[in-house]
Amino acid sequence: MAVTDSARTVTYGDDIRRTSLLFRVNALFLRHEWIRGYTLLSPTLLVMVMLMCLPVFMLVTYSFWTQNYLDIDRTFTMANYEAFFQKPIYVALIMKSIRMSLFCTFATIILAYPMAYFIAFKVKSNKLVWLILITVPFWTSYLLRVFAWKVILGYNGVVNSGLISVGLIDEPLQFLLYNPTAVVLTLAHAWAAFAILPIYVSLEKIDRSYLEAATDLGDTPSERFWRVTWPLSLPGVIAAGLLVFIPTVADYVTPRLVGGTTGIMIGNIIQSQFGKANNWPLGAALSVIVMLMIAFLVVVFIVTTTRGRARSA
Amino acid sequence: MTDTTAQGSLTAQKAAQDQRGEEAPQYFASKHEGYHWTAEAPMFLYAVWYLAFLYIPVLFLPLFSFNDSIYVAFPLKGFSLEWYGDMVGTQQLLEALANSLKVGGAVAVLSTILGLFAAKAMTRYVMPGKGAVTAFIMLPLVVPGIILGISLLVITNMVGMPLSLYTIGLAHTLVSVPFAMLVLMSRLEGFDKNLEEASLDLGEGPFRTFFRVTLPLAWPGILASLLLTFTISFDEFILAFFLAGNEATLPVYIWSQLRFPSRLPMVLALGATILIFSFFIVTVAEVLRRRGVGPQAGSAI
Repeated sequence: MAVTDSARTVTYGDDIRRTSLLFRVNALFLRHEWIRGYTLLSPTLLVMVMLMCLPVFMLVTYSFWTQNYLDIDRTFTMANYEAFFQKPIYVALIMKSIRMSLFCTFATIILAYPMAYFIAFKVKSNKLVWLILITVPFWTSYLLRVFAWKVILGYNGVVNSGLISVGLIDEPLQFLLYNPTAVVLTLAHAWAAFAILPIYVSLEKIDRSYLEAATDLGDTPSERFWRVTWPLSLPGVIAAGLLVFIPTVADYVTPRLVGGTTGIMIGNIIQSQFGKANNWPLGAALSVIVMLMIAFLVVVFIVTTTRGRARSA
Repeated sequence: MTDTTAQGSLTAQKAAQDQRGEEAPQYFASKHEGYHWTAEAPMFLYAVWYLAFLYIPVLFLPLFSFNDSIYVAFPLKGFSLEWYGDMVGTQQLLEALANSLKVGGAVAVLSTILGLFAAKAMTRYVMPGKGAVTAFIMLPLVVPGIILGISLLVITNMVGMPLSLYTIGLAHTLVSVPFAMLVLMSRLEGFDKNLEEASLDLGEGPFRTFFRVTLPLAWPGILASLLLTFTISFDEFILAFFLAGNEATLPVYIWSQLRFPSRLPMVLALGATILIFSFFIVTVAEVLRRRGVGPQAGSAI
């Protein structure tokens, strides 16, 4: 073996090996682990850039153009943004969407926290079953989950017809469907699983000996919760908040199906610019503004919550 | 809190300690089997209520799909399979189903391959910027669907690409890759790295190691990822809504039927079928994914 090896070295020659490009690339790969990692990542990253970054970049570009009947006028202009600020309805609608979304986020977290707590701390056996029970709805059709609420809350829907047939009311209740409350309720239901999982993970990660220590040092259960469990679960709560808040601000399906005219949100207006109103650049500008608003709020939210944590620690 | 210990009488302290002594062992599974009923009944009841809140609204769809009436209302009129018969007899619906299956299958394979590359790189290599890259790949999960939808609509329009099942498939791949990566990461984190190193040390190349060691070990995760990404694509509406050309997927077809009150029972039957089908696939995937990895492994989702 040794003979053949040395013979091969001689035949190829040292200088050829060192200068060959393949050899150099190979050496680079062997020397740097991160290059290997990023090479393996590159197909995925490339696809993500092509399907997400480029389109969003084009959307931003589009927002500086204008619709000229059937054509697009490609001269740079701020006209769409001016139109946004000149029409108070757009600003009001964005504010309303944010408010509704915040309500929904808050409700979702409040409802989900005890459930996550229960699974993390109280379930001893069959944890897997509980976890699967709360994750399964998360994967099933969003459209159908929202549609179910339309069926339930409708004028001749489940609730109204149920109450009438039991004899509690004579006339269908009209306030159930087609208002902001119906939208918030439906959203809170549809996004429940998004809130529960991050909270559960952060609770599950808590080192149980901290809790034991708190008890040993004289904390009552509620003190122990507020001083140990809650602060340690905050990352999960923050993640849950973001996971629910960001997508719901610009939701289209729910306000369309259960919101009626009063429950309309900014997502519906954006869609109409790409549909009936046929003003794509204005729709693009509205989307950019919504994205900026969301980004701003997320930064504010993260900064305030992490500061609060630092203070309490 | 120190006040109570300083001021309280000795007996009160003793009582408090006893109480705590009872409280503490709740956290240790070995000492307690099952639930501690007196303390935990409210929590258990809440959990049951919460599950009811999650599931009952959705269960009205199957319930009314068997109701012998075109109105979705109580009292139930009687059992009927008429709406399911309608469903099977509708040509447009069957075409939409075929489209959904095509797109879903392609998306499942493509996003699982891309997810596997990413998950492998993330779990196997030490590299700078890993957090940023993970956050980047996860972005489609939080960017509102409508924004992704119109961005893709704008770019396909500018490039001059006609809207078709391909554009829907690309959009679904974008939102499925993060899920595939999460699912596969939790699986790949779960197994022993030494197995791969042993294979490499024993003279197998990286490719053969991948096919003979990594792949068989990651198989349950891969299957789970295929099933979940298929379901995501099969159920996804908003992206398909913006990017559909002449050929609709099933959710887009459902949307188009919501306008007609007379079609409602048929839509219910279709919705119920899709829900039960998705529930089944997802449950299989979840069991595959979580079994043997431990409840808290890896990802949040």
